Amino acid sequence: MPTTSRRARRLAPLWRHLAFALVLAVILYPLLWMVLTAFKPTSEIIASAQLWPKEWTLGNFTTGWTFAGIGSFTTFLTNSAIIAVLSVIGNVISCTLAAYAFAKLSFRGSSIMFAMVIAILFIPKEVLLIPQYTIFHALGWTNSFLPLVVPQFLALDSFFVFLSVQFLRGLPKELDEAAVLDGCGPFRRLWHITIPLITPAIATTAIFTFIWSWNEFMPQLVYLNTPENFSVSVALRFFLDASSGSDLGPMTAVSLVSLLPLFILFVVFQRRLVEGSAMSGLK
Amino acid sequence: MTLTPAKSPTQGTTVTKPDVPRKTQRRKAFDFRRSNTGYVFLTPWMIGVVGLVCLPLLISLYLSFTNYNILGAPKWVGLENYIRLFTQDQRYVHSMLLTLGYVVVSVPLQLVSALAVALMLAPARKGQSLYRALFYLPSLLGASVGISITWRAIFDRDGAVPQFLASFGIPEQSWINNPGTVLWVIIALEIWKFGAPMIIFIAGLHQIPKELYEAASIDGAGPIRKFFTMTLPMLSPVLFFNLVMGVISSFQTFTPAQIVGDGNGGPTDSTLFYAVYMYQQAFQYQKMGYASAIAWIMLIVLGAVAALLFLTSRKWVHYAND
Repeated sequence: MPTTSRRARRLAPLWRHLAFALVLAVILYPLLWMVLTAFKPTSEIIASAQLWPKEWTLGNFTTGWTFAGIGSFTTFLTNSAIIAVLSVIGNVISCTLAAYAFAKLSFRGSSIMFAMVIAILFIPKEVLLIPQYTIFHALGWTNSFLPLVVPQFLALDSFFVFLSVQFLRGLPKELDEAAVLDGCGPFRRLWHITIPLITPAIATTAIFTFIWSWNEFMPQLVYLNTPENFSVSVALRFFLDASSGSDLGPMTAVSLVSLLPLFILFVVFQRRLVEGSAMSGLK
Repeated sequence: MTLTPAKSPTQGTTVTKPDVPRKTQRRKAFDFRRSNTGYVFLTPWMIGVVGLVCLPLLISLYLSFTNYNILGAPKWVGLENYIRLFTQDQRYVHSMLLTLGYVVVSVPLQLVSALAVALMLAPARKGQSLYRALFYLPSLLGASVGISITWRAIFDRDGAVPQFLASFGIPEQSWINNPGTVLWVIIALEIWKFGAPMIIFIAGLHQIPKELYEAASIDGAGPIRKFFTMTLPMLSPVLFFNLVMGVISSFQTFTPAQIVGDGNGGPTDSTLFYAVYMYQQAFQYQKMGYASAIAWIMLIVLGAVAALLFLTSRKWVHYAND
């Protein structure tokens, strides 16, 4: 900015930080509210408008943990974790295999198949939910984790196939060619040469799969029918129905606990999350 | 993540054909062998595409012409479901209009917020990556049930927002139980998640050559002029990507409608989003045939909207190599 004075230029960063801080305060307010409310006694939540707790308590967590009498929150956390971890394993294996085929192997029909990968990206999951339900119902898989986990082993999350294909194409061809000359087959090439090079793409797939699975709601609501199978999302919905809004403290406390794994992933992997999101528009 | 320099972040947003190695005479025999390996690697995917995408699409198309409650056999009724939806089912028409209105309002608001912040966060400066991460955080959390519950509490009676507004003399009332305001609470939640498109905008802004701006500055162009004549056209492919993705995902809004609303589309059907209505018909009333018709219309509407966007995009999306 050639027209602004030197003094203004020196002050500009300060104003910028101030503006960001203000916007961030508004954006992060709900999270702050959540954390502080979780430690307030319910009477104080209702009576006082003050954000900072006058009295700190862990009571909301203990009440919330066995809320509505349908089971322990430990069960729901475990269920969500099982579903998420199996989804991660499935997506990492199946999407990497599919992406490797598209990016590094030549076979008849590969362009059409890749076009289908992109097409699947645009099909709303809601549209497939009803017919998939009838299929899983016929297989006797409803009220189990199978309908939530098995599809992940079939590379249907096109985003990750696409992400890995993009990544694989960026790798130098020479390594593969050298390995071919040494008589190395496609499986050994994948395992020894490609996998070590594409760990960033695999990590991005793993982290986003975990987050998506953890946040998933409609399919879990459809397929998990009894409390011992409830995931965190479904259990929270159940809590909300059972409470009358007067249990705001426990409700907020368990909601906060439900977000903890995501907070931890964010803190540990924030760079990878932001860059992964930039690469293919993941949320 | 260490990206290979040859690959730019925005290339992840463009659709390109897979890299099929050129077949040379020498390698022909070898290529043939590789050919089968490709299918081996794709076996899970092919099973998935046939079993969980193509077959389900056909099943639901068939079911949409039947009455089916999962227990008995489907009963063929022809076009009855479709006719009933548009001529007799006012709640359905309402849910369609509500969802379209929601998309038209929330997606542009979210994209404008995302672009505004992206413009400030794109230049390489100290502290930018921390800001980017913090602005991005709501996108990660926003889809969860936990956040929707928090949102509900903040906007409910005695919640933080009504209390805050009360200090300006605006009468304190619940935004949740009020059919006139609850939709705005859900729109606010959608805007709150602007971090994901913001990150993509930043990646797009980094692709614009700096020389362009320098040349424009020499020519005396001001920041506003530079934005409209250079930044926006150069950014249009990314804007287009964000627009298509935003429309598709916000048309499917379900979680906040279920949690912030009363779970049944209320109060007085003000949160009866398209996906909520489909869910009700299919899994609460067991009208699988009727719900399949609703699902297929969703597919057709989204297909039409995407086609429309792609067609109009020729007028306003500029690709660098054009």
